[in-house]
Amino acid sequence: MSVLIYTEIAKGKVKKSSLEAVNYGSRIAKQLNTTASAVVIGDADLSDLGKAGASKVLKLKNDKLAGLNGQYITAAVEQVATAENSSIIIFAHDFTGKEVAPRLAAKLKAGIVAGAVDNPTISGDAFSVKKNVFSGKAVATYAIASAKKVISILPNSFPVELTGSAVEATDFAVNLDAVNSPIKVKEVKKVSGELNLPDAELVVSAGRGMKGPENWGMIEELAKELGAATACSRPVADMHWRPHHEHVGQTGVAIRPNLYIAIGISGAIQHLAGVNGSKTIVVINSDKDSPFFKSADYGIVGDAFEVVPKLIAAVKHFKANKN
Amino acid sequence: MKILVCISNVPDTTTKIAFSADNSTFNNAGVQFVINPYDEWYALVRALELKEANGGNVTIIHVGAADSEATIRKGLAIGADDAVRIDAEPNDAFAVAEQIAAYAKDKGFDLIMAGKETISYNGSMVGAMLAELMNLPYISLATKLDVAAGVATIEHDIDGGTEVLECALPLVLSANKGMAEQRIPNMKGIMSARTKPLTVVPAASADKLTSISNYTLSAGRVDCKYIDAANPEQLIELLHTQAKVI
Repeated sequence: MSVLIYTEIAKGKVKKSSLEAVNYGSRIAKQLNTTASAVVIGDADLSDLGKAGASKVLKLKNDKLAGLNGQYITAAVEQVATAENSSIIIFAHDFTGKEVAPRLAAKLKAGIVAGAVDNPTISGDAFSVKKNVFSGKAVATYAIASAKKVISILPNSFPVELTGSAVEATDFAVNLDAVNSPIKVKEVKKVSGELNLPDAELVVSAGRGMKGPENWGMIEELAKELGAATACSRPVADMHWRPHHEHVGQTGVAIRPNLYIAIGISGAIQHLAGVNGSKTIVVINSDKDSPFFKSADYGIVGDAFEVVPKLIAAVKHFKANKN
Repeated sequence: MKILVCISNVPDTTTKIAFSADNSTFNNAGVQFVINPYDEWYALVRALELKEANGGNVTIIHVGAADSEATIRKGLAIGADDAVRIDAEPNDAFAVAEQIAAYAKDKGFDLIMAGKETISYNGSMVGAMLAELMNLPYISLATKLDVAAGVATIEHDIDGGTEVLECALPLVLSANKGMAEQRIPNMKGIMSARTKPLTVVPAASADKLTSISNYTLSAGRVDCKYIDAANPEQLIELLHTQAKVI
């Protein structure tokens, strides 16, 4: 048996969530005294895959894989898993992971844990993995009974370690003649220049306390100075002050950055459900009784229109002194 | 057009989560259950809008015990034409997908929709598994859906942007925010829901590949450290030296 890790390229390099997955898979391989192979679609500098712990790097070759179509990727990964005799297959719980991991699990009749937050506990045939449930209010331990297992790991749950050595990538030709997806890509709209919110390590978010869309300049400036993505609360998106893709919360995007700064957001439980995985939460609110302070690591009770400009100045000062 | 919408029965977001004394099962005493918001607000409402525009039929399907029927009736009150309850414990995503696939495989649905994930187990899995079991295409995290002449046009989220896809029906999709706005059932809907057909289907055989052995509540945050609004530079200092996030 072996461990197989599905990885992807974005913006010319291996995605961070993919490296987290390779680290994770190689830890399992080490524990089970076997090998960890990374499969990758696309061309880029792949040396990080070896450094993250992959003992083999396989570049999937087939023209049908160009569009990241889940049906083709599922079939391709299954072929590699068969060739490599892989019984544990790891994905990042990202866009492709959500589409392909469960599909592959169903195909293989493999038990799956989607969104794992901890390394598995393995003892003989017993194999269990923890994941967040109830939108982060609890953690559940899942036992996987099947011999084949699929795990997708929640992005930003583990630090990336690149302590191994690069390995030469080899091509792996997959045959997808029997698979014909009716899905056609008509248009790809990339959001240019902005940080992708689910991947962002730092996020500056604002709510109704900002009083109107014309006041978002200082939020964007603070985010820019920090190198953070911008986000917003649901009412702000619903009133079209900000685009819907910025809405974080229960019914918007769930994020878990290293730092979440919430400005003028009261902290309704639906909002918290989307951000409570953040490592550090800062709340800035003029209402000292705002419930969000109960879920914050750091709080500033004050008027955003006074605090935020001072904060921008403080970040600039910090950056100037750091370099 | 025949549309099937998969709905889950989940604890309302504001529920205080509790477990049995040995932490092995979720304690549902006193818990208010609702239709999973992604299934209701986005999948079901968009299905109803498509039916209103193009004609057709919207069926909701749920895998669970009889105590979930209040949740199913709510779906009928919002406007679904009929409902199916598969009388099986929804043990894990694969078991649910197997039950729904066993029911749906010979019913000729043009479109099968689910929410992007449940707010209880947050897996985002049933739609993809159903698609695999039924050998159908699957589009995840769809934010827009239109159907014309048997072809769906779908916008969905991808890394760093969105993608517009076309796919001939039938297909399975998971619905994300943007697809529709929440609908509150009106009195007429609530009254008619009582008499709409709710068919109970016996469980098919299903695999049991995973099980939950233990729950623990997530550790909350320790006390909030307050910083003087006049000196936000102290916050930056703490984020650097204490939290180590910048």
